[in-house]
Amino acid sequence: MKREIPILLVGITGFAMLIQYFIPTGWSEFIFTYSQDWVIVIGILAMPLGIWSLVKANVSKLKVPGERFYSAVLLAGFLIMVLTCLKRENLEMGSLHMDMFTYVLVPIQATIFSLLAFFIASAAYRAFRARSVLATILLLTAFIVMLRFLPLGPISTLNLKAVSWILSVPNMAVNRAIMMGIGLGATATAIKIILGIERTYMGHD
Amino acid sequence: MTFLEKLMQIDRRWIYLAIGLAVIIPTIWPFDVPVTVSPEVRKIYDFVDEMEAGEYLFVCIDYDPSSMAELNPMAIAIINQAFQKDLKLLFVTLSQFGPGLVEQITSGLAEDHNKVRGEDYIFLGYRPYPAIVIMAMGVDFRVPFPVDYYGTPLDEQPIMDGIKNFDDVKGVIEITSGSTADFWLIYGNGRYGFPLAIGITGVMSANFYQYLSSGQLFGIIPGVKGAAEYEKLVGYPGEGMAQMAYQVIAHTVIILFIIMSNVAYFATRKKRQQMGGGT
Amino acid sequence: MNQLTRIISVFLLFAFVGGGVIAQPVEEELVADTLSPSAPMPPTNVRVKDKPNDPGHGLIVEWDLSPDDGAGLNIVVMYDILRSDSPDGEFVSRGMLPSQETQFEDVDDTPPTEDIPNPYFMPKNSNWYYKIVAISDQQVRSEPSELASGTTLENLFHWGKLPILFGVLIFSGFLLIFITSAKKGKELYVRPLSGINAVDDAIGRATEMGKPILFVLGLGTAGDIATIAGFTILSRVAKRTAEYQTKVLVPVQDPVVLAVAQETVRTAYLEAGRPDQYDPDNVFYVTALQFPYVAAVNGIMLREQPATNFYMGIFYAESLILAETGNIAGSIQISGTDQIAQLPFFVAATDYTLIGEELYAASAYLSREPVQLGTLKAQDYSKAVVMIIVILGAIAITTGLPYLLDMVTVRL
Repeated sequence: MKREIPILLVGITGFAMLIQYFIPTGWSEFIFTYSQDWVIVIGILAMPLGIWSLVKANVSKLKVPGERFYSAVLLAGFLIMVLTCLKRENLEMGSLHMDMFTYVLVPIQATIFSLLAFFIASAAYRAFRARSVLATILLLTAFIVMLRFLPLGPISTLNLKAVSWILSVPNMAVNRAIMMGIGLGATATAIKIILGIERTYMGHD
Repeated sequence: MTFLEKLMQIDRRWIYLAIGLAVIIPTIWPFDVPVTVSPEVRKIYDFVDEMEAGEYLFVCIDYDPSSMAELNPMAIAIINQAFQKDLKLLFVTLSQFGPGLVEQITSGLAEDHNKVRGEDYIFLGYRPYPAIVIMAMGVDFRVPFPVDYYGTPLDEQPIMDGIKNFDDVKGVIEITSGSTADFWLIYGNGRYGFPLAIGITGVMSANFYQYLSSGQLFGIIPGVKGAAEYEKLVGYPGEGMAQMAYQVIAHTVIILFIIMSNVAYFATRKKRQQMGGGT
Repeated sequence: MNQLTRIISVFLLFAFVGGGVIAQPVEEELVADTLSPSAPMPPTNVRVKDKPNDPGHGLIVEWDLSPDDGAGLNIVVMYDILRSDSPDGEFVSRGMLPSQETQFEDVDDTPPTEDIPNPYFMPKNSNWYYKIVAISDQQVRSEPSELASGTTLENLFHWGKLPILFGVLIFSGFLLIFITSAKKGKELYVRPLSGINAVDDAIGRATEMGKPILFVLGLGTAGDIATIAGFTILSRVAKRTAEYQTKVLVPVQDPVVLAVAQETVRTAYLEAGRPDQYDPDNVFYVTALQFPYVAAVNGIMLREQPATNFYMGIFYAESLILAETGNIAGSIQISGTDQIAQLPFFVAATDYTLIGEELYAASAYLSREPVQLGTLKAQDYSKAVVMIIVILGAIAITTGLPYLLDMVTVRL
């Protein structure tokens, strides 16, 4: 019964939502919105679980010499952000919490994002080599698309037309093909879950 | 190990240094970059340019601070053009980080063009669940937004006189980092059939050219380059054009590295094959 | 009165009366021609029907064009659609359409509340009466058209989504056929995937080097199919690492994903017969934000120096940052995502990449269960059906046969 009840729940819920999709009545829309709201509620209820996991893992790492510095920084940051937003007025611009968000967190996020500029160069250096026919086609296409950023005079106009064609024709065809495959794959996985064929997410084989 | 073999396995820190220098040079010696306008950007400009004073344009700003550098320039360029042409603007955001951004952009630009909130433009605000909000706006803007972002009822604002839903706006331009574009395509253009264009980050733009081909989008502004092109068309050079210098230098460096890598690869291929090392 | 006075009197009388009689009608005729523009004829044959595929809050009004729209006086520029809840009640405008339009969709599904009264709400099974007025270029309104009425009905089935239902049924049919034949012991061939074949070698490498394995489930929620596919792969990897006594680290970005991942890994260790080796601190929550999560995972990679990295799930801009940092750490990397924009970065920066549906198929490949392989075959046959429809659609568009397109078009 311990295995069968969750599988039954998943199956019934899955079929119910599948049928709901094709029924446009008021109660059907209500079921859809209500279940979406419940997904959010479950997410919020699970948040303390995540916070507990984070704090527990890092408190235990405080005892490990090589790990304690980073864990200490994490726990300190966590406590400061929590303690500075206990009142609603702390969420207004100019408060310590919002200043830390705006002047510490946002710039750090932008810094991590900016690593992409360096990493794209090193990845391109390693990957864009004409090892085979397909790799050569990839290389040449990447060249043509990258050239659009360079001011090449009359060549730029020709290059832009080539880029528009590449993005609108072969790129579009491949995008659609992959999306169709993804759509079918997602449908298959969903049906497998509903029918109970796929059960590893429950922790059972 | 010969020089070319060393080149094949160059320490990635040299590459990082080169990129670092590439983005520092335009800061010290700024220069202008001539920009060629692509057809998909021109279509959006022409669409707005052909609108008449008093007509309504709907602008949706759906990005967060991490995409600001790429998307702010195009948002500012579009709004500048719209205000220049005395169009009426309706703003909304479906991103939780959007309200602060919209407020910042609109209030600054409105002041520059002497536009009055409530008469020349309105910011409806933010609501979650993009699909539901878009479908509700298709019925009546007042359904998801009975009051605007500042708490003023829509019916008390002159700009909303006679305006009910998407049928009353000429078109919709969505500026997004990618997550909400699909909702506008399916539930907006797909359901209500209004003209839709997007401004999007460069990396996500390749996914949406297929919608340009199918006619679901009438234009795309891809990334910083697209923003620079739009600024050139509007005649308001801003951050987009300023960033083009960095783009040019960085892309040139990457292209040179790729050429270098392939030269080294081909030069050492024979030796590797002789040694049985393959590729 | 002498004769001269008589003549003058008669002359004056004629002048006044005659002038008034002659002058006035001319002035009246001139005023009538320049100050009274013509009113257009109203539209005809107004009919109202229920809006299909809705919960009963809409009607569709159709009409034939006014005789003065594109013909006749050719002065119609607008139609005003008026509605009332009774034949004799007050008619209010529900919308204006330009000339040459013959259909209007009247929908209002917002029930009134205490704060927001909505007098235009259309409850289901309610009757509504419509008249249409044509408006000329001089803003002269025609007489209202004849009255037409309709009732909003709640529809039980969305006919616009019928092609989707057909697709699901066709796919389910293939599924049943191949699962049945797989259960009967039929050998089903599936093409090899290098990424899947490398999983065992990658785990073996980590065991030999004595280094941990890093498994990143991406930025999706527990409800995303890619994340669920990631769980199935995590289960297999965790079971293998339990057997080899190798550590597996799973940093997650969502609390619900954390709960499922912990249960998945715990059960995998249980099935491998090593429940005592399961450490719940190895499957931990990091943060809900994208780039802080990336920073944390990068830090783990550089400190722990995992031998193998798995990236299985939904990734956005951070995909290249993760992959390159893994490269710096010297890890072998196997990735899989359904985010098309991130696939090029994974292909360029990782050793093996599962593209889109290959990620969803990984579970079948790793388990080699006949039923799972049967679903793969069903997917392939469904893809063949889609390809045939695409070819037929291209033929239909080229030759101008729209009914085939109508069959496969979904109207939401």
